[in-house]
Amino acid sequence: MNALIPLYVIVPLASAFIMAILGRLIKNFGKAVLILELLFLTCLTFSFILNSQGTLVYKVGGFPDTGDIPIAIYMVIDGLSKLLLLIISVVGLLTALFSSSYTREYTAERKFYVLFSLMIAGMNGIVISGDIFNIYVFLEIAAISSYILVAFGVEKHQLEASFKYQVLGCLASLMILLAIGFIYWGTGTLNIADISRQLPYSAHFVKFVSILFLVGFGLKAAIFPFHSWLPDAHSSAPSPISAMLSGVLIKAIGIYVLFRIFFSMFALSYQMSVTFTVLGTLSMVIGGLMAIGQWDFKRLLAFHSISQMGYVIVGVGIGMILLTTGGSKTIAAFSIFGGLFHMVNHSVFKGLLFLNAGSVEYATGTRDLRKLGGLAEKMPITASTSMVASFAISGIPPFNGFFSKLIIIVAAVSAQYYWVALFAVIVSIITISSFMKVQKYVFFNTPKRSYKNFRAIPLPMKFSMIIMALLCLLLSMLVLSPIRDIFITPAVDALINTLQYSAAVIG
Amino acid sequence: MKGMTIIVKKVTQFIAPIIFIFGLYIVFYGHLSPGGGFAGGVIMASSFILQILANGEILDKLRQEESGLEFLESGAILGFIIIAALGLILSGSFVFFSNFLHNGVIGRLLSAGIIPIENIIVGTEVCAAITTIFIALVVYKDEVAL
Repeated sequence: MNALIPLYVIVPLASAFIMAILGRLIKNFGKAVLILELLFLTCLTFSFILNSQGTLVYKVGGFPDTGDIPIAIYMVIDGLSKLLLLIISVVGLLTALFSSSYTREYTAERKFYVLFSLMIAGMNGIVISGDIFNIYVFLEIAAISSYILVAFGVEKHQLEASFKYQVLGCLASLMILLAIGFIYWGTGTLNIADISRQLPYSAHFVKFVSILFLVGFGLKAAIFPFHSWLPDAHSSAPSPISAMLSGVLIKAIGIYVLFRIFFSMFALSYQMSVTFTVLGTLSMVIGGLMAIGQWDFKRLLAFHSISQMGYVIVGVGIGMILLTTGGSKTIAAFSIFGGLFHMVNHSVFKGLLFLNAGSVEYATGTRDLRKLGGLAEKMPITASTSMVASFAISGIPPFNGFFSKLIIIVAAVSAQYYWVALFAVIVSIITISSFMKVQKYVFFNTPKRSYKNFRAIPLPMKFSMIIMALLCLLLSMLVLSPIRDIFITPAVDALINTLQYSAAVIG
Repeated sequence: MKGMTIIVKKVTQFIAPIIFIFGLYIVFYGHLSPGGGFAGGVIMASSFILQILANGEILDKLRQEESGLEFLESGAILGFIIIAALGLILSGSFVFFSNFLHNGVIGRLLSAGIIPIENIIVGTEVCAAITTIFIALVVYKDEVAL
């Protein structure tokens, strides 16, 4: 199994450049290769999840360790990485299917798939890397291809959003690079497992570097005070790319790395976990409140991304606080499970909502809620899947969002953080209200005008929306313990047993 | 884009090949002396940029060159990945980036296994990329001016 780990980087990178060369000779080559590549990665991830246990380590270049000092670049797959790889490949596959008919209007269609594949390579690289500098390199691959993809339509507002995203993204990368430089200066190593062994260095040093990392990756993850780029970038991008950015990218290059750094690299600290929980609560509340007044379909969804990421961080943050203060480990595990479960759910329902917004925009040419209406009869599949996704995001029982939100709220109550639980409930109600608004204005209101140039939705777009809607329902099965033990429990274990990461990697 | 005076053109004619050969030297001796693929590639690209600046180029021809360079660039990266992935098969123990060629004698030009090959590929890639960026800026400027 170990020998297959580098395929996660080789396959998307190689197919990106094969597309760039052969795509100009063969029509539709890019689409076919991208879909096949993601299908392969999905199968590979499922076989990793089902057939392997514990932490898998791969040494690039085959350089042996001298003593116990790691020389080679490490690739590490543990429970958390497997969960993220699953999200990347499944949501990536469905959005790639969707974009295969969505992108016909672009002149440089070929480059779209090259960049999509590069973005997948970057995210996979971040998730499997066991080396902090390699994380930075892959982060830049993923981020730079996403900057270009946001501006792909080259309209004025898209270029503006992309520029804003680039400036803030570069600032974030600078912070991260500075922090990595400090770490290398302080410990003399870049391997995450080795750093965590060497780090008890000086409390001030660790605090300074932690804050740099929190700001850098917080900007990438769009946590509350660093969120200002997200509504512009995610609403201006082509819709499949919005689904990838909101559903996968902010998790893989932001949230995942934050968890990896603060759980596996640094020793957990009380101040940091309180900061996490407070920032999570703030982004939950403020993202939800800012979404209310939006009239642009995709911008409203983008604000909800900030709010839902807040839930994820709150769930994991409460777990962190309980672990540092010596509270009950069961409640901590429960809370972290809630956070990770919500992360999986969010990637599916937010991906689906952006695809819905994309197909509404594809059919009618606008995404202003006030100009839409009455689409439930004209676009039955889009209407019904978006109803499912709206129920899921606002936490209506049989759908996945309900269970993860319930777990986070129950965990907050049992950890006696009543205020956090109250805010989580209030934000959930706000979410319902703003998605009722979406449903009313887009699908049920009588239209203000008749639609000119109404286009029917092609079959691949319908297909991927239906699959995602089914996933919204099926993912609620993850609360059942046999299924949970396969998919999410290894990730929770990887986070909770903080000290075992470096032991498992270096051995 | 118009060219510069005859003096500049003549001097460029003398200097550009020397710069290019120096770049090649840096690339080929990358595993023995300071430098390597990236530095050598930039030097090689600078000789092309010098020629474009001195002689001036026709816009259509530049566009043609840009698309050729794009091809070269993607091909070079693909070659790099293929050589790295060949290590998976040829090393016998599934090692990505393994040095599967004979290492040779330290200090000789033909030594260090796959490192000189990778250096040449990186040199090609960087040369193509930097020239592409330059040409893209020139084409963009001319298109806006028109």
